[in-house]
Amino acid sequence: MKPTSLKMTVLATIFYASSAWTGHAESLAIQNCNWCHGASAQGYAPAPRLAGQSDKYIENQLISFSNHTRDNPFSRLYMWGAAANLSPQVAHYLAAYFSTVPPKAADDGFRDLVAIGAAIYQDGIPDANIVSCVACHGPNAEGAAEIPRLGGLSYYYLKRRLEQWGEGFNAAAKFPMPQIASRLSPDQIEALASYLSFVN
Amino acid sequence: MSIIWSSSLLWPYLAHERALPKGEEAMSSSLRWMGLAPPDERPRRMMKVVSLQLTLPVAILTIVFLTTGRATSADRAGASKGTLEAKIAYCQDCHGALGQGYRGYYPIPRIAGQQTEYFENQLRAYVEHRRRNNIMFNVARVLSPSMRAALAGKFRAFNPRPLADGPRGLVARGEQIFQSGVPESNIAACAACHGPDATGSEQIPRLAGQLYPYVVRVLANWSKERGQNPANPDTSIIMKPVAHSLTRPQIEAVAAYVNHLR
Repeated sequence: MKPTSLKMTVLATIFYASSAWTGHAESLAIQNCNWCHGASAQGYAPAPRLAGQSDKYIENQLISFSNHTRDNPFSRLYMWGAAANLSPQVAHYLAAYFSTVPPKAADDGFRDLVAIGAAIYQDGIPDANIVSCVACHGPNAEGAAEIPRLGGLSYYYLKRRLEQWGEGFNAAAKFPMPQIASRLSPDQIEALASYLSFVN
Repeated sequence: MSIIWSSSLLWPYLAHERALPKGEEAMSSSLRWMGLAPPDERPRRMMKVVSLQLTLPVAILTIVFLTTGRATSADRAGASKGTLEAKIAYCQDCHGALGQGYRGYYPIPRIAGQQTEYFENQLRAYVEHRRRNNIMFNVARVLSPSMRAALAGKFRAFNPRPLADGPRGLVARGEQIFQSGVPESNIAACAACHGPDATGSEQIPRLAGQLYPYVVRVLANWSKERGQNPANPDTSIIMKPVAHSLTRPQIEAVAAYVNHLR
């Protein structure tokens, strides 16, 4: 080979390899999330579905993990470490990526509680000062801006999240979720979580 | 690979086996590091001697007060849910801690500083289906007239800064429409009824500081939400020709203007 074309080949190989390297680093961050959140980000065991979630919401949660305002038991156990070394750029990138993955409903609630849960979600419980969730989370639990999508999240995740506000965890969350969730009774939480797990 | 993964899962459980200083040890060592003596090593003050004769009646009174004051949790829950404080918290859940409004999935309007007559009229309108909104219908249907009046008075007194999240570029045009109207479309100046500072009066609502997307939505959809009970027409009918005559750009301009008003 002539010297110039050899140089070109070497340069081209370096550029190709380095772009593959950067590409690999970006997808490595996603892989680290997939370990717990599932290969298609649909959630697994205590880790909630990230697919289709509001990107601003995911970013805010990553921030609240790293500054420890979200102190739920599993958050402390797993997410504090996971979010500790995320730069704002990577957090933004991850949030943008996961918000574009098509979500699938978990469908793991109790079917016989769906009607009750739907009534609570749509109309609230005015006698118990529970607002209709629709005002902020939307008629189909799709969320908006920084307000999370609830539709299709796992029954077990939603149930624990609502219960934990009543137990005093994540008290620094965005007003007014701690107050609202604290007013819900256990039966109401189960009904809501069941209904939402089926919402597509 | 799986061994590394599963052992990494055990890490949180293994970590606490190490002798990390906890509780009082940690406190004492921190205090020493700062040059202060821990509490149990400081010189104690002499304790005042209390007469033994007082302790028996005090003990009896303490027991009496503790037991008689306690309602059952059901009573307390029922009493507290119906109170004004509980209802205010209920309103604040959506409308904000100071009634400043919130951009949820739907724009939730500012109710701080709202005219009390207008406030109460709207709550009645939701219940009587003259104003159609499922969320507010459910909120309003459990409120007694006296509760409505109390809530109106409470939120009238709040005066938070406006969210002021509307487009600033439209404010000048909006001010022109608000103060002078649109004569070519037969639209009176908003200021004529709503006041030059958009604070309203009696049954005419305050617009100052209202959310931009809320004003736009309400003006653009006036007849879809208001005056829904033809058998029971209400004062909202007065806004119908105005809302219909305003073009969309004019609506957005006016909304942007009032949005920034204190």
